[in-house]
Amino acid sequence: MSDAVITGMSVASPIGLGTEEHWKSVLAGRHGIGEVDRFDVSGYPSRLAGQIRGFEAADHLPGRLLPQTDVSTRYALAMARWALEDAGVEPGTTAGPGAPADYDMGVVVSSAQGGFDFTHREFRKLWSQGPEYVSVYESFAWFYAVDTGQISIRHGLRGPSAALVAEQAGGLDAVGHARRTVRRGTRLVVAGGVDSALDPWGWAAQLAGGRVSTAREPERAFLPFDRDAGGHVPGEGGAILVVEDADSARERGAPRRYGRIAGHAATFDPPPGSGRPSALRRAVELALADAGRTAHDIGVVFADAAGVPELDRAEAEALRAVFGPYGVPVTAPKALTGRLYGGGGPVDLLCALLSLRDGVVPHTAHTARVPEDYGLDLVRDEPRGLPVRSALVLARGRRGFNSAVVVTAPDS
Amino acid sequence: MTEPMDMNTLRRILVACAGEDEAAAPAGDILDVPFTDLGYDSLALMESAARIKQEFGVDIADDVLTELETPRALLDLVNGSVRAGRPAEGVRVA
Repeated sequence: MSDAVITGMSVASPIGLGTEEHWKSVLAGRHGIGEVDRFDVSGYPSRLAGQIRGFEAADHLPGRLLPQTDVSTRYALAMARWALEDAGVEPGTTAGPGAPADYDMGVVVSSAQGGFDFTHREFRKLWSQGPEYVSVYESFAWFYAVDTGQISIRHGLRGPSAALVAEQAGGLDAVGHARRTVRRGTRLVVAGGVDSALDPWGWAAQLAGGRVSTAREPERAFLPFDRDAGGHVPGEGGAILVVEDADSARERGAPRRYGRIAGHAATFDPPPGSGRPSALRRAVELALADAGRTAHDIGVVFADAAGVPELDRAEAEALRAVFGPYGVPVTAPKALTGRLYGGGGPVDLLCALLSLRDGVVPHTAHTARVPEDYGLDLVRDEPRGLPVRSALVLARGRRGFNSAVVVTAPDS
Repeated sequence: MTEPMDMNTLRRILVACAGEDEAAAPAGDILDVPFTDLGYDSLALMESAARIKQEFGVDIADDVLTELETPRALLDLVNGSVRAGRPAEGVRVA
């Protein structure tokens, strides 16, 4: 079966626009959490979010796309372009020898929240001015599949494409599905996830979920695996990866390979109240089996890291069961950005690939006291130099989704 | 007599509703340039038509709108309807 390699990637997060800026912040432990400043958040129980700063949409998008895109789609479009540039692919312009044709390239992007901010503005017009004032672009700007569609249209990527929704697990599932698409014969797939819902309506919806931290100090608000964990901070952004058939990459002389997607698995939890354990452990085992690897082969785990004590405990249990107590270094750089929902898994995947490249595992900032019985070797305080050859990335989506991806060094 | 809606007004509405970019900026003389060449698709025209209705009280039916190929055709329809006080078929004047 053909190999799926990563030949390009990009990120837009509260701690960086672009791969190297984000990675530098991760290794420096620089967080991007602060009080929401896009509306008056003072009356809400939760006020902190990871917000992207300094993103001027008009600098990154053609003017024609501005009236029809939500902020999340603008991030998706900017990242897709950066990732394709990174991969050395310019659809439509370099149909030279070896270059993939339009039907050889697909798009699979996950969004958990859709276009909240755009929709909120249009709803305001609906209620205050009347239905005929609502933008015709509302018809698709809200929709979970819009990122996939807009990326496909902008770059002329006409191959098999999809949108996946599985809350925070969706972004890893999208990458898993991209690999499946490549194995079915599509040369290249633009894959990943992105989310943003920091308008009043989106904020209310997030708070209604009951897992958003009410802490007021950015360094104390999202403490994955800490005994003081009290929920998560919502963030915005995501990552886009170019998942490509290894032969295709060779054929066109791709400038780089960050790694291989060696394994993927998705599982679904039993219904609440069943008494049966979470299916996260099974996702890990299935992803390892899919990769033809054992627990011993994994150099680091990028955890889902919910920041909610019972969920942290469940994840720690699954990792202990597979790797043994303190059996593998575990980390959660998302402490710096907040949870990015559809974008979360792909950002972790990007960091995992950079860990393989640079031989360094980022730390989990802010978390200080991990309960002893978790049995976790959590990388804390500072990055750890480790010559990792393979990494496991985990994501859980609310209401039962589990997703696991194994990535390995490009030459392994 | 001045037309109720001139090209500059239409240009402003098109840009506000559907954006502009370097590739097909609606600068210069675009009166007879097809909307498709300008990069304005049916959704862009629907959005613009909604604005024209709000500003000029001229309501163009969707099926009439999709038959309009150029800015000149759109201007003629709107201005003709307002001037005549007797709208063309598929057009209502408030």
